[in-house]
Amino acid sequence: MNAEIRNWIQIGSLEDIPRQGARCVKTRGMTVAVFRTATDDVFALEDKCPHKKGPLSQGIVHDGCVTCPLHNWVISLETGAAQGADDGRTLAFPVRLEDSRIYIDLSHSHEAV
Amino acid sequence: MRKQKLVIVGNGMAPGRMLEYLFDRNRDAFKVTIFNAEPRVNYNRLMLSPVLSGEKTYEDIITHGDDWYGEHGVTLHKSARVSEIDREAKTVTSENGVTEPYDKLVIATGSDPFIIPLPGKDLDGVLTYRDLDDVERMLDAAKRGGRAVVIGGGLLGLEAAAGLKMQGMEVTVLHLMPTLMERQLDPAAGFLLEEEFKRRGIDVRTKANSHEIVGDEAGRVKAIRLDDGTEIEASIVVMAVGIRPSAELARTVGLEVNRGVLVGDDMRTSDEDIFALGECVEHRSMCYGLVAPLYEMAGVIAENLLEGEAEYTGSATATKLKVTGVDLYSAGDFADGEDREEIVLRDASAGVYKRLVLKDNAIIGAVLYGETSDGPWFFDLIKKRTDVSEMRETLIFGQAYQGGAPLDPTAAVAALPDDAEICGCNGICKGKIVSAITEKSLTNLDGVRAHTKASASCGTCTGLVEQLLQVTLGDAYNPAAVTPMCGCTHLGHNDVRRLIKSKELKTISAVMQELEWTSSGGCAKCRPALNYYLVSDWPDEYADDYQSRFINERVHANIQKDGTYSVVPRMWGGMTSSKELRAIADVVDKFDIPAVKCTGGQRIDMLGIKKEDLPAVWADLGKAGFVSGQAYAKGLRTVKTCVGTDWCRFGTQDSTGLGIKIEKFMWGSWTPAKLKLAVSGCPRNCAEATCKDIGIICVDSGFEIHFAGAAGLDIKGTEVLGQVKTEEDALEHVVALAQMYREQGHYLERIYKWAKRIGYDEVRRQIMDDAEKRTAYFDRFVHSQKFAQIDPWSERVSGKDKHEFKPMAVLSQEAAE
Repeated sequence: MNAEIRNWIQIGSLEDIPRQGARCVKTRGMTVAVFRTATDDVFALEDKCPHKKGPLSQGIVHDGCVTCPLHNWVISLETGAAQGADDGRTLAFPVRLEDSRIYIDLSHSHEAV
Repeated sequence: MRKQKLVIVGNGMAPGRMLEYLFDRNRDAFKVTIFNAEPRVNYNRLMLSPVLSGEKTYEDIITHGDDWYGEHGVTLHKSARVSEIDREAKTVTSENGVTEPYDKLVIATGSDPFIIPLPGKDLDGVLTYRDLDDVERMLDAAKRGGRAVVIGGGLLGLEAAAGLKMQGMEVTVLHLMPTLMERQLDPAAGFLLEEEFKRRGIDVRTKANSHEIVGDEAGRVKAIRLDDGTEIEASIVVMAVGIRPSAELARTVGLEVNRGVLVGDDMRTSDEDIFALGECVEHRSMCYGLVAPLYEMAGVIAENLLEGEAEYTGSATATKLKVTGVDLYSAGDFADGEDREEIVLRDASAGVYKRLVLKDNAIIGAVLYGETSDGPWFFDLIKKRTDVSEMRETLIFGQAYQGGAPLDPTAAVAALPDDAEICGCNGICKGKIVSAITEKSLTNLDGVRAHTKASASCGTCTGLVEQLLQVTLGDAYNPAAVTPMCGCTHLGHNDVRRLIKSKELKTISAVMQELEWTSSGGCAKCRPALNYYLVSDWPDEYADDYQSRFINERVHANIQKDGTYSVVPRMWGGMTSSKELRAIADVVDKFDIPAVKCTGGQRIDMLGIKKEDLPAVWADLGKAGFVSGQAYAKGLRTVKTCVGTDWCRFGTQDSTGLGIKIEKFMWGSWTPAKLKLAVSGCPRNCAEATCKDIGIICVDSGFEIHFAGAAGLDIKGTEVLGQVKTEEDALEHVVALAQMYREQGHYLERIYKWAKRIGYDEVRRQIMDDAEKRTAYFDRFVHSQKFAQIDPWSERVSGKDKHEFKPMAVLSQEAAE
C-alpha cells in the first residue's frame, strides 16, 4: 500500500499510567484513552464506547481488554472491537514505546487484524 | 438507485421479524417507516403472561428498543393509528395527521380481542387480554385484590388466570365448553389440566354460559351472572375468548377481505404493491394466531419485497401452555374421524397422558400432558408426514424407544435430524443451534440465546437447548456444577471465600495463582469480587487494589451517562443545617453544577460535575465539615430516619439519634452489595424501615430489628430478626448482622438474597440466640472499621491518586494533525 508516514507525538511516560489502568490525552476534537496492561503493554483508543459513548478510560482493564463502565461492553485494546455477542468498534491508534516514553500517532486510526 | 419506500402499518412481532429478515438480506434496499397504534417500541407479545405473573418485566420483553430503529434508519411513528390508505396516490395517513408515501406497503394490523356482546360488557373493570395496556390494567386491579373472573378456558384465558392467581387474586375461570382448551386438547387432557388448575386454587367452571355482567351504581363491575342464575362476585372480568383478524382498514380501502385480509401464496393482497402479514391475514381459508406461522409469512414477504419468488403454503402449528409448572404440548389435528386411528398412553400416578392421532400411517396430531419432551419429535413427524408403520408399537413411548435400547433424553435430542425445529417461536432448527455452539464456542444457554434467539422468546424449549449443549460439548458442559464466579475459574463464590480464609490468601495474584485462575489477570467480574473478599477478610493486611474497583469506587463519585459525575455528601441520619446547605449552594454556584436533587436516602445529590473538578468540589465541601456519603459504594450507604420523639406526636424513641449513632458507627464499611438502613420512631414507619436491608422499628418497649427487605428490582418486605430493649443492644445486633453478611455474602448479593440462601432462621439463631457468636461478629466489625473509616474525599484533596483527575497530556491542534 502507500508509504507509511508516521506522526509520532510523545504524550508521557509509562509510569504516568497505573498498571491495569488508563489516562486520558485531550486533543481538540476528541479524548484518547491510553491504557497500560498488567504486562506493561500500552494501547490507545478513542475514549468512547461504540455502544453509548461511555468513557472507556474509566473502565476496568483486564486481559488485553477494557470493560466499559456504563454497560459492561468489553472492548479489545488492540483493535477497538467489541467482544462477545456485541457488535461495534471504536477507533484504535498506533502506539510506540521507547524506553519508557510513550508515543502515539493520531493521524492513523488502524484497524489491526 | 433510488431507495424504495416501504411503509408498514402495525408494529407487532411479525413485522419486527420481517424487518430482521429484510435487513439481513439487504440493509439498503428500502427506506422503512412504521406506524404503530401503540405508544411504544416492539415487544414480545408471547411473554405477556410472564409479565402478568410477575416473572418478567416490560423491559425484559422488548425486542427492538429505540436504538434499533435509529441504527437501521427506520422511522417509527408511535401512537399513530392509520386511518387512510390512498391506493391511487400511494400514501398512508394516520389519525394524528402524518402522511407518508409508499412504494410497497405491508398491512400488519394484527387482531382484536373478541368481545362477547353481553349486557354490561362496557362496565368499568371489564378487560381483555391482548397487549401491554391490558396487562397493566390487570396488575393494577390485582393490587386491589378481590376476585377476577376470566371468561374463556383457552390458551389466553388460562394464562391470564394463572398470572392473576400468582398476583394474589381469587380467580374463577368460566368456560363454555365441557373441557378446557378444547381446540388444542382432547377431553382427557383437558380434564387433567382442569384438575391441575383446581389444585392451584383456581375455581374452574366448565359448561358455564355467561348471561350478564352486573355493575354497581358507579358503573363498576360487581358480579357476573350465568344462564343458570348463579351469581359470582367479581372485581374484574377478563374476556379471553379469542381473537379475530383486524381487517377493517383493509376493508375500507377496498382490498379483498373475508374473515381476514385475503392473500395469495406470495402474501400479496388483491393490490400488487400491498402485502398483508400476521394475524390479520387469511390464507387458504386459515387465520393464524400463533407466532411460528407468522414468522414463516414474515420470511416470505421479506424475500418477495426483494424481488424474490417465495411462497407460503400454510403451517402446521404446535402449542405450549406458558404456565410455570404445567407441561402441555399439542400439535396438529386430533378430531375423531372414521379414517383415523389413535394411540393413547395414560399413567395416572405420574400425571402423564399422551395421545397420537394417525391417518394413513402418518401422525397428524399429538397431545402430550405431564411429559412433553417428545413434542418436537412428534411435530417433526407430523410436518414431514413420515410413515410410522415400522415403529407403531413403540411410537407412543417417544423417540427414545425407537430402534434398540431405550435412549436417554439427551440421546433422543442427539438423534434428531438437523432440520428438526427446536425453538418454535423463532423457527430455529437443531443444525443452526449446533453450528452456533461450535463456530462461536458457546458454552451456555445465554450464549445460544444471544447468537441464535433459540429459547429467547417463550423459553419452553430451554430444556432442549440445554440438551443440545450437552450433546455438542460433551463433558465440557456441566449445568449442574456450581455456577463459577466468572469465566476465569471453575470455582463458585462460596469456594473462593472459603479458600481465601483457609489458605490465607492475601493478594489478588495469590488467589489467582493458588486457585488456578485460567486467565492471566482476571476479568471485570472476578477482580472487584476478589478485592472485596480480601478487604473484608484481611482488613489490616490487604492493600486495596484500586484498579480492581469499579470506577465509582475508584474515584468516589457516581459516573453518569455522559461521563460526568455526581457527588453526594453524608448527611447523618438525614439531618442538615443552614451552614451545610449554604456550603452546598456555594459549591453549586462556584462549579456551575447543572442539577441538584434530593435522594431517596435523605441526602442531596449534585449531578453533572466534571471529573477534573471533583477534588476542588470535595475541598470546598470538606471545609464545611462534609465527608463522602459513599453513595457509590458497595458498602454502607444511608441510615434513613424519621424525627422520632424530638418532634413527632407519635414517636416512641429517639429514632433520629439512633440512626445517626448507627451511621457514625458503620460509615466507611465495605459490604458485598450496597447496604441501606432505616430507623422509624413508631410502627407508622415513616422512614420505610420495612423494605430496607436492615431496619429498626421503635416501639414503646424497645426496638424491633428487621432485615432482608428489598425495594428495587425486587420488592420484598423485611423479615423480623427480633426485639431488643436498649439502643446499645440495637446497635450491637445490627452491626453483628452486617458483619455476618460481610463475611458470608457473595459479591453483589444483596442482604435479602444472602439471607434467603442461608435461611432466615439461621441468621436469627446466630445473631439473636448465640450471644458469643454475636459479640465475635461485633468485635470483628469494630476491628475492620479502624482501617475503613478514613474519608476518601479528604485523602484525595490531600493529593492521593492525583493521576485520576488530570489528563496525561493536552495536545494542541497542530500536534494532533
